[in-house]
Amino acid sequence: MSSAIKKKAFSLLVENTSGVLNRISGLFARRGYNIESITAGVTADPRVTRITVVASGDDEILDQIEKQLGKLVDVVDIRELKPENSVYRELALIKIKVSSKDRSEISSLVDVFGADIIDVSKEGLIVEMTGKQSKIDAFLELLDGYEILELARTGIAGLRRGTDDIVYPKLG
Amino acid sequence: MNGADIMVKCLEAEGVKDIFGYPGVAIAPFYNSVLDSDIRSILVRTEQSAAHAASGYTRAFNNELPGVCAVTSGPGATNLITGIATAFADSIPLVCITGQVKRELIGTDAFQEADITGACESFVKYSYLIRDVEDIPRVFKEAFHVASTGRKGPVLIDVPIDVQQATVKNFKYPDSVDMRTYKPTVKGNAVQMKKVIHELEKAKRPVLCAGGGVLLSKGKYEVLSFVEKHNIPVVTTMMGISVVPTEHKLCYGMVGNNGKPYANRAMNEADLLIMVGASIADRSVTQPDLVTKGKVVVHIDVDPAEIGKNASSNIPLVGDARAIFDELLKIDYEADYSEWLKTLDEYKISMAIKRSPDPSYVDPAAFINMLSHSMDKDAIYIADVGQNQIWSCDNVCIREGKFMTTGGMGTMGYSIPAAIGAKLRRPERQVVAVCGDGAFQMSMCEFATARQHGVPMKVVVLTNNYLGMVREYQHYTYHDKYSVVDLSGNPDLEKLSSAYDMSYIKLTDMSGAQAAIDKFLADSNSCILEAIIDPMDLVK
Repeated sequence: MSSAIKKKAFSLLVENTSGVLNRISGLFARRGYNIESITAGVTADPRVTRITVVASGDDEILDQIEKQLGKLVDVVDIRELKPENSVYRELALIKIKVSSKDRSEISSLVDVFGADIIDVSKEGLIVEMTGKQSKIDAFLELLDGYEILELARTGIAGLRRGTDDIVYPKLG
Repeated sequence: MNGADIMVKCLEAEGVKDIFGYPGVAIAPFYNSVLDSDIRSILVRTEQSAAHAASGYTRAFNNELPGVCAVTSGPGATNLITGIATAFADSIPLVCITGQVKRELIGTDAFQEADITGACESFVKYSYLIRDVEDIPRVFKEAFHVASTGRKGPVLIDVPIDVQQATVKNFKYPDSVDMRTYKPTVKGNAVQMKKVIHELEKAKRPVLCAGGGVLLSKGKYEVLSFVEKHNIPVVTTMMGISVVPTEHKLCYGMVGNNGKPYANRAMNEADLLIMVGASIADRSVTQPDLVTKGKVVVHIDVDPAEIGKNASSNIPLVGDARAIFDELLKIDYEADYSEWLKTLDEYKISMAIKRSPDPSYVDPAAFINMLSHSMDKDAIYIADVGQNQIWSCDNVCIREGKFMTTGGMGTMGYSIPAAIGAKLRRPERQVVAVCGDGAFQMSMCEFATARQHGVPMKVVVLTNNYLGMVREYQHYTYHDKYSVVDLSGNPDLEKLSSAYDMSYIKLTDMSGAQAAIDKFLADSNSCILEAIIDPMDLVK
């Protein structure tokens, strides 16, 4: 196996027990695995939470991450979200320092990216943007001349494409 | 009926006969209810020993039923952690019950409050904090199931005192477990098993390396029958000692940095290595890449995460060792490994460890060999941690009996409480604990437990007035610059024995060794045999 560092996204269905997120993040911490991002939210079945975790490591570590996560008693299912058959989205909220004269330039940029301005104040505004991480990265790069006052990124949530191979349809 | 009554009824339903523990306010309702049952409570003298005793108890009967301990909240629970971690590292099934402060006080830093489920997160197979009294039967059913299936291990149940006190109308213990998340693989994949046989047909120099997982799956007989059927040589890890009788013609000893040189050589020169129930940890295989290089590696384990964790394998085979070898036994094939066995037999002679002991002391290697040969065929030998453990592993002779030690965690003080547990579970068997003078003092308080509950103890203490294993490390690493390993100040074991009404035998050299051992084993009373060994002796 290759020892190059790469990223993988995993989609987990877990029992919605108290401390489940702790069990998962704790596993990463004590085994020295890297989490790039982690998102969690309840599914259509309130007993089950879906977690999307992006981890980085070489092939062997990523393989271990999948096995160790799968071993946790609370984990109902774990699947790799392969880029070719999955969709990933991330939400970013970006607070930009903008004087009133520059607002129109930002506004047109926001339009091009299909984002929204959700708050405007005297000295700045907040852009809400959803999309692939690369799109958000590209937008942030274009903001080069502006001062970003605050930034909140959620990390990705993801699902596999299609309707085949859904493990627990009833669980959402 | 209250929650505590239900907890006791759950234990009864699981067939629990003995529990080890230490009471306190937060677990008081449980210890009150247990009086109304036939379950025997063994009061240990410190909580860590409760987990070790429960470990010895379950291991003495093939881990059939998890060992159970029950302690109070806060310091009671935190004291238990080392014992839980020790069981976890060796995959020993335990159900550990801790009392907790009442629900409304959780998170307020109340008196004797400890977040024990949080603290134990990395040492348990699973843990529960029961917030609703109605959950008790389901949680207990699941806990016993999780602890004793798949890769076994400790499960923690934390029960707030007000949950134990809460009223319950009726009790029904679930017949079965309904866990959609937890379904360990037992049966091996048929295609993979055929591949194993195919590789065995092709191989010239196969070696099977047996780990503790074989014993945990109760697959000792199946594995032994398989290697005997095909004449496959066996090496073991520390936890795998006793899978094959020590003096069996196919047994080539323990591998690892403290193992037999010829066992390591057998593994290195093999063209096919079959690892069974072994985690390939650093002490058994120092350089996994080197060992696995240039050979076909089959890795059989019930825990899929073990496969590929420390060494890559060509044929991964997930499943229970017993179930897999039961299937493998049904497949016939022809192969002749007699040349390979001849080579290994030569290595066994030419690479035998040669010692030159000082005759003015007891030679621990010769002594342990003599002791284990003198013990009953089915005796239980429990080695502690330190030089005594390595000498035990390298020199003990196990026939039909059991060998117990803490391989993963290496917890000093394991042997005495584990011996109490083992003897309680198997009173008909001879149980001998062997420890050094360091580990002995970590658990000697438990002689009171043994005396109180009428458990006859046989304890060998190898006295060198040093923490020998650390001293040996300092000898090699820091060129005899010894730091904090001097044990002078040790108690007089003869006086200590009489304080606990135990017999005492002192052995100062090998001349009277056999007589001393015979007397020690024949004594119906609890007995300490103190063997004075060379303080400068080394395990390698």
